[in-house]
Amino acid sequence: MSDTIDRSADISQPLDRLGPDERLKYDSDYLRGRIDEGLLDRITGGVRFEENKLMKFHGIYQQDDRDIRDERRRQKLEPAITFMVRVRLPGGVCTPAQWLKIDDLARAHGGETIRLTARQTFQFHWVVKEEIRPTIQGLHEVLLDTIAACGDDARGVMSTANPADSVRHAEVAALAKTLSDHVIPRTGAYHEIWYGKERVATSEEEEPFYGRTYLPRKFKIGFVIPPSNDIDLYTQDLGFIAIGGPGGIEGFNVAIGGGMGRSDQDPATYARLADVVGYIPKDRLIAAADAVMGVQRDYGNRAERSRARFKYTVDDKGLDFVKAEIERRMGTPFEPVRPFALDSNGDAIGWRETESGCFNLTLYVESGRVANRPDRPLMDGLRALAKVHKGAFRLTPNQNLIVADIAPEDRPAIEAILAAHHIEEGGGASALRRNAIACVALPTCPLAMAEAERYLPELATKIETILAQNGLTDEPITMRISGCPNGCSRPYVAEIALTGRAPGKYNLWLGGGFHGERLNRVVLDNAGEAAILDTLEQTLGNYARERAPGEHFGDFLHRSGFFAGEEAR
Amino acid sequence: MTVAQFFQEGALSVDQWQHVEALARSLNPAQARWISGYFAGLDAGLLRGGAVEAVPETAPQGRTLTILYGTETGNARDLGKALAEAAAERGLSPRLSDLADYKVRQLKDEEDILFIVSTYGEGDPPRPSIGFFEFLEGRRAPQLANLRFAVLSLGDSTYEKYCEAGKRIDRRLEELGAARLHERVDCDIDYEEPAAAWSGAIVDLLAAELAAAAAPAFPVPSAVPVPATAPAHDKRNPFAATLLENILIVGRHSTKETRHLELDISGSGLAYEPGDALGIAAANDPVVVAQLLDATGLDGGATVLVKGESVALAEALERRFEIAIASPRFVDSWAKYSGASELERLRGEEAAAERVAFLRDHHIVDIIRRFPVGGVDAGSLLAGLRPLQPRLYSIASSLTAMPDEAHLTLAPVRFRLHGEARNGVASALLADRLQPGDILPVYVQHNPHFSLPKDDAPIIMIGAGTGVAPYRGFLQEREATGAGGRSWLFFGERNFRSDFLYQAEWQEWLKRGTLGRMDVAFSRDTGEKVYVQHRMLEQAKDLYAWLEEGAHLYVCGDAIALAPDVHETLIRIVAEQAGGGREAAADYVRDLAAAHRYQRDVY
Repeated sequence: MSDTIDRSADISQPLDRLGPDERLKYDSDYLRGRIDEGLLDRITGGVRFEENKLMKFHGIYQQDDRDIRDERRRQKLEPAITFMVRVRLPGGVCTPAQWLKIDDLARAHGGETIRLTARQTFQFHWVVKEEIRPTIQGLHEVLLDTIAACGDDARGVMSTANPADSVRHAEVAALAKTLSDHVIPRTGAYHEIWYGKERVATSEEEEPFYGRTYLPRKFKIGFVIPPSNDIDLYTQDLGFIAIGGPGGIEGFNVAIGGGMGRSDQDPATYARLADVVGYIPKDRLIAAADAVMGVQRDYGNRAERSRARFKYTVDDKGLDFVKAEIERRMGTPFEPVRPFALDSNGDAIGWRETESGCFNLTLYVESGRVANRPDRPLMDGLRALAKVHKGAFRLTPNQNLIVADIAPEDRPAIEAILAAHHIEEGGGASALRRNAIACVALPTCPLAMAEAERYLPELATKIETILAQNGLTDEPITMRISGCPNGCSRPYVAEIALTGRAPGKYNLWLGGGFHGERLNRVVLDNAGEAAILDTLEQTLGNYARERAPGEHFGDFLHRSGFFAGEEAR
Repeated sequence: MTVAQFFQEGALSVDQWQHVEALARSLNPAQARWISGYFAGLDAGLLRGGAVEAVPETAPQGRTLTILYGTETGNARDLGKALAEAAAERGLSPRLSDLADYKVRQLKDEEDILFIVSTYGEGDPPRPSIGFFEFLEGRRAPQLANLRFAVLSLGDSTYEKYCEAGKRIDRRLEELGAARLHERVDCDIDYEEPAAAWSGAIVDLLAAELAAAAAPAFPVPSAVPVPATAPAHDKRNPFAATLLENILIVGRHSTKETRHLELDISGSGLAYEPGDALGIAAANDPVVVAQLLDATGLDGGATVLVKGESVALAEALERRFEIAIASPRFVDSWAKYSGASELERLRGEEAAAERVAFLRDHHIVDIIRRFPVGGVDAGSLLAGLRPLQPRLYSIASSLTAMPDEAHLTLAPVRFRLHGEARNGVASALLADRLQPGDILPVYVQHNPHFSLPKDDAPIIMIGAGTGVAPYRGFLQEREATGAGGRSWLFFGERNFRSDFLYQAEWQEWLKRGTLGRMDVAFSRDTGEKVYVQHRMLEQAKDLYAWLEEGAHLYVCGDAIALAPDVHETLIRIVAEQAGGGREAAADYVRDLAAAHRYQRDVY
């Protein structure tokens, strides 16, 4: 079968026939490059193009304040360069001590704000070059790092945040941590550059799995515990669906080839939902991950970066070939898929009692933004909470925060702290807002073409008016905004999605599945707010009048023939 | 035509050629153009007079005459040139030289010397002339019993040690036995009239002596040489430049207020070299005029006479006089006028220190408010005021790279006094009142003591704050002319993120190789205060190696906060690297200055 497989763009080819990033990785001496020198360069607040690429593998992104980019240009100053530093936090779980350290570091180096991301981790923004090291060393003090939080490698591993039973959560979260520790790069570069460790001479292979050129592109892994699909399983390169009863996890259904990212105006790029290809027993987890990543490492497209994600490898080589190759590498075939059912990709906001008699509190955090506002000192409140909390914190894939494992006797103290800081569990947010995700976008993200996080509150208010007029205020509808087509907020599985095209202009997408099981479709291209609201007014009006009991908005659009005549992509 | 051909034709003697060559080396392009015009005019005059044979083989019998000027901003040089021309017209054969270039060993052979010397800061001579002062005031100075001399000293009476450099020469020559041709004249910033009187008197005296002594009269060319391309615009006749750009170039949250200005000088004929300054004839802030009128109760519409011209008082105060900072002259004048005993006391010699402090805390309006006089008459007010002076700013561009433009980097002077905001004259005008499209009277002030090497010698540029301005001109020039030569810039300011003046441009030049190295020091980014001299010390080995390889070193910026520390650091670096001790290092640095390889433009 492999005779028919096209290998003209993969790792078997010499470097000069592959894309420039491959040469850069190969020459980087396992991600060292000249990062050290770049950090010492006093003439710029940034680093060179090459070092910027390499630093992503270390979880660091060079950005600049785009709000004042033009002002700085006129002032003959370089852009206001700062760095985004993304923590590796498998499963989104952290201790109160870790929360306090994150809070300290954000106040000292990160512009006094923390971003909870759609992949369950912390992001610091506004970190200046000379403060990256103190930030990373501070994280090290509480056993956190930023390895592979970005870059062509396996990114942070996600895990369902709030299952009804905390036993299964604990087991899956621990597996997410084990797997994350297993799939990150082994290079000593991180310890040398950020902790100041001496380079150790060794005859051992520095990257036994990745090799010199790592993966063709980023690779995202996540675990779900049904029926929640909060992590959007179908958007992961590699997803594991936990199977097992109250007695514990027995194994996983494996989903491969999901991914959101598209390139603007490039029809050869597209969002793709993962295929569930089979079942593995729990003890085959690491072997399965190695096999899937190995296939992508060896067959992924390294000539054309926009086609390098695993989803294109699956489509280009064929699902059958990829599945067979994974099985060959695992040494065992997949077992048949076990039955499972997913029902929602949102979070249940508020207090919930677990089977062990403790409480989990899910706090709504608008766009995951933890900061102090005069009327709502959220950052101070969470800091106060972390000082007394005895359980854990969980960051959810919907950018919310779970204060987990609160003993019944501790609940009043937690409630008092929240009240003192004017923090309501739902943040006073409507059903629409609770089910909304926005990426960071402007002013810091270099890829953003339009606003996202800063625009969401204003847009939500306008859509809420439409919902109210149609009696839909309490109806959960998933809405996601991304500042560009790359889709960090996982827009292509939302019922309503906006992806940025230009300032004030978006593509409008409708009809995604409520629990992320179906891609949406583009309805408006490069549209302004008025056109978007018109379309929503019309479609939501129809939905209010004609929906079946319990029918979700996305499902209704499909049933009612809104997309009739269109072919599925 | 080669030099050899020229000699064969016998047009110039070797001696003459050496003079021409020496002169040519000291000329900037504007001067060269002027000289060529001068000779063209001279040639035309001689031909018209049919006096081709009249070029004398030797100077007429008489005493040698040397005119020496010491200058930083060029005023003394301009006066020296005018004096030399006036003397030549009267048949005298003066030799004109900058004190900076003068070979002190010749002093013992001189017969008549006329000095025109400016004073800077607290009684200091012009920096390039320091070597001359050290020799003259040192133990090796010869007895000068045969020498006659006269001194014209230029200064600024706002400073305590007014005209001190001229006074020092005058005093020392007397000690060495020389005789005065004329009493020393000390000029304030409105020096034109007293200087002309001094020059006229001396030229008259020497011409009369010559006429009496010389039997064969020197044939005076029948036509006065006419410079072919004399600059149309100068200090007295500034050009109305149009402001093209006037923006703040420090980023948000800066503690500074540094601005970048671009001026259109097309059609002006103004020519400048990198390192030159632009003089700005700024008018006073109308708010200050109003305060002064209010304090005196005078009517701004009343007509007053200024240098024989009738103008409205408000207009005169706005455009003709310094009306902010008070000088000792104003204290004198107002003391007499008000009869205030406290002011009277401040006039005395023994109250000098107190007067300095008083003047620091009291502008003109403060003095008038504190010692009010009923029914002030305008003439009495104006009697104590000095003429409004243009403000000089290092030009931050190259004419080659930016034809028809001159760029400036300006940090407005702002402070509070007696609860009121007080601004520098040009600062307030440029920062607060002028918009692109507005007109600004400007002229070029040449600064031959701060210029790029003629060859491709390496350059080390040290600047803090707006002191980086001329280096932008240097690099623009080198880039535009394709000149080679390595370059190294040290820059200091407060904060990296907001105050890295012209950051994007240095980065671009570094990328292209026009700028070879750059070291920066930001004093307020971290707890430790880092300044340019610290970066120099870090790079001591390389810096010394560059000097050994012939590098020219430039320092531009604050005269108190930057220049002395950099100077000390330089000596320290040379001492450490050369290993010859501090004295030898100081000599090394002095020699650098003497060779024009250590140039400073500090303010």
